[in-house]
Amino acid sequence: MSLLSRVSEAPNMTELEDGTKVFRTTQWSPPGCHDVACGLRVFVKDGKLVKVEGDPEQPITNGRLCVRCLTLPEYYYHPDRLLYPMKRDRKYRGQADKWERISWDEAYDIIVSEYHRLTEKYGYDTVSVWCGTGREASGYQFQLCNEVFHSRTAIHANGGWSCVIPRQTAMDWLLGSAYVEYDGAFGFEDRYDDPRWECPKYMLVWGRNPLWSNPDGLFGHSTVDMMKRGMKLIVVDPRASWLAMHAEIHLQLRPGTDAALAMAMNAVIINEDLYDHEFVECWTYGFEEYAERCCTMTPEMAAEICDVPAEDIYRAARLLAQKPCTASVGLKADQNPNTLQICHAVWGIFALCGNLDNPGGVKLGQTMKTAGATGRKGVGCQIEEEDTNPIPIAGHDQYPAMDFIINTTQPDCTLDTLLTGIPYPIEFLYIQSSNFISSCITQQPKRWLEACRHKEFIMATDIMMNPTIQGLADLVLPLSFAIEHDGFVSLHGCNQPGQFNAIRKVIEPAGECKSDLEIMLDLDHRINPDRDLEAEPKWKDPYNYLNAKIHNFPDVPEDVTYADLCEWVYGRYEIPYYQYKLGLLRADGQPGFKSPTGRVEFWSTVKNKLGEDPLPYYEEPRFSKISRPEWAEKYPLQFTTGARRPTSFHTEHRMIDSLREIRPAAMMEINPVTAEKYGISQGDWVYVENPWGRAKFKADVTPIVKEYVVNCDHGWWYPEAKDAELFDVWKSNINELMPHKEIGKLGLGSHYGALPCKIYRAED
Amino acid sequence: MAKMGLLIDYEYCDGCHTCEVACKKELDLAKGQYGIKVFQSGPWPIDEENEIWQYDNIPVPTDMCNLCEGRVAAGKMPACVHHCQSLCMRYGSVEELAPFLEEKPKRVLFSVREK
Repeated sequence: MSLLSRVSEAPNMTELEDGTKVFRTTQWSPPGCHDVACGLRVFVKDGKLVKVEGDPEQPITNGRLCVRCLTLPEYYYHPDRLLYPMKRDRKYRGQADKWERISWDEAYDIIVSEYHRLTEKYGYDTVSVWCGTGREASGYQFQLCNEVFHSRTAIHANGGWSCVIPRQTAMDWLLGSAYVEYDGAFGFEDRYDDPRWECPKYMLVWGRNPLWSNPDGLFGHSTVDMMKRGMKLIVVDPRASWLAMHAEIHLQLRPGTDAALAMAMNAVIINEDLYDHEFVECWTYGFEEYAERCCTMTPEMAAEICDVPAEDIYRAARLLAQKPCTASVGLKADQNPNTLQICHAVWGIFALCGNLDNPGGVKLGQTMKTAGATGRKGVGCQIEEEDTNPIPIAGHDQYPAMDFIINTTQPDCTLDTLLTGIPYPIEFLYIQSSNFISSCITQQPKRWLEACRHKEFIMATDIMMNPTIQGLADLVLPLSFAIEHDGFVSLHGCNQPGQFNAIRKVIEPAGECKSDLEIMLDLDHRINPDRDLEAEPKWKDPYNYLNAKIHNFPDVPEDVTYADLCEWVYGRYEIPYYQYKLGLLRADGQPGFKSPTGRVEFWSTVKNKLGEDPLPYYEEPRFSKISRPEWAEKYPLQFTTGARRPTSFHTEHRMIDSLREIRPAAMMEINPVTAEKYGISQGDWVYVENPWGRAKFKADVTPIVKEYVVNCDHGWWYPEAKDAELFDVWKSNINELMPHKEIGKLGLGSHYGALPCKIYRAED
Repeated sequence: MAKMGLLIDYEYCDGCHTCEVACKKELDLAKGQYGIKVFQSGPWPIDEENEIWQYDNIPVPTDMCNLCEGRVAAGKMPACVHHCQSLCMRYGSVEELAPFLEEKPKRVLFSVREK
């Protein structure tokens, strides 16, 4: 590691001749985005937000800014923005005209009195804290739930926890590393010109469109920067995305068949003896068994299963057996009951070829000082010990592996718990920045709505009214934007090299908005009045909290305060290459990886211990024509979802006119041959239907999907439909067509695609 | 005064609409109006067997583009060039930009109508 240093000497604020103040700061959320830490120049005149530009001083984004931040003023001054706390009688849930403005004091009084009433009745774990994906609130979810409310019921309502956690679990158990990412020279002062960096020869892009998703702290367009420097692409995606069309090889696989493809690529590398013998010998465990297993999946078999040419599998595998090559592995590796096996075999390719933590390879995650998923011991290592903290919360009895994965409930079991009260009632819902009945995080969102509808107390925090709050909440608290509050953002929580930046309050909050952090501390003062603030000063106020929190990260020098960070705006830190050789990954400081064997575990001792096959295997998608031949005639097509659009962050941004102008409604990509067969033309409204439900999309007739696949937008609701039930959230709700609890053996991974459907033109 | 223009390396334009929105906000344009608009050619397969596609996004300045006179006078780049996610746009005189067309294919140089 290297210590955090100031990136730019530019002042954090300058004043223009006309009195406009230009503040430099960083964006995370709200409005929603991942922790990409894009640099902003925020123009404020007479207390008004005039415009937002990209800040060229930010060395990763270089002044670039996407449409979502460029329209920030439109969002900021939107007439529908929540500005004051509001309450609504529980009996009027779902009714838009029953909200009543209240003071913060009254809001807090309601929360605290409901908290005491319900915890006395049902115990602390009845309090649940929910969080939407990737947002700044996620940084406070566990503190709020565990330390303020003393509950263990943190909820991420995502079937099979199919968002990053399966990948991170595989990283931890198999690679013995915290969050891994492609090496984009993110920590170097001179970036790509640093002589230590090498441009990867190939990047394997797997189930990801980083350009538009900017996943988990990654600035996606750095992929294009690297393409310009000569890096070539191999893309695995059922859609011919822009990246796929620019790839040397596009493996346009049948949705959900990823594990077969990944195993076959390993088989080629092993059979043709293209792997790095020295790396395998010195740093890995279980190669023989792994090789034998992968070789059961020949490229010819995978070609048949995945519907890609065998020759392309050979070519791709051979190209990836060079040094350096890197990987960009996305959400689609999570959204599959076969997820752990997919991740195992995909990273296996890079372990075989010694492309781990080398310049231009797969950058291993930095080990944190603190415990948890990124702690020195690694969660996988802890299974060798007695489980000292069994978490008796929803789903951990059915999926005990969850104790070694993350301290939330098991998401699918959570729906069962909400419906049945078993093993305990969840009656207090605190929903942070999550619009979970829209088609994003939950499967069968109507069931989630029904399961929550009768709970005793539901509250939410957000910046806009949305279908979930309208449908469920008794109380809503208005959140401030990132430019209205203090915070910080680091790339992948400092697991990856790069930026550690201040989120600065550069404008007074609109109305009475507050940040997630301010709300958490206000509640803590009311719920835990006896807390010793001298012993735990972080609970005093946002400054002390942030100052304490930044020092949890290994790169922040002790004498750098949060105030310093605000003055710098951007801090930069490096993470060395070959951490496993330097003894930086493990608690004992020895060389190696933080897995139980200290090696990359091709044969996973952790999976074995938890009752899962220690080697990768292929599982046919559970509702494919092969698995359910009896459905094939009635539901001849299959759908995929989740492809990103630059104009929205999941369910957000739907009310921003400039963005709706670019993408006015939920679209379904359909091949021209299929469209003709069904009499569907460009722009027609089309129903997609299967036994679980139906939803409506506008047809986008395009050859980028295969004839048997349609790709449906997610995250849609229609904020302008104020008179419709819950903003017409069911109209284009593709998640209604997904099964509940079709998950992997250890509780991870679920089908958010590779599901059967039929289509027909909507005549209504 | 030299004739100014925009050089666009459209091989790297992924169609993110950033230039459109950056321009709209800079010029405060109404719904449906653009100072620069991204057009698409494709996608269609040219050679299906070899997975060769025709698919280009090409941002084209409109008659509402003034090459950000105000920003340029203040020493900044035009809003589209400044924010372009793929860094595939360049602003300069037509004379200095023209040689870049020979450097690699899939570049286009726009000279914008004078106001």
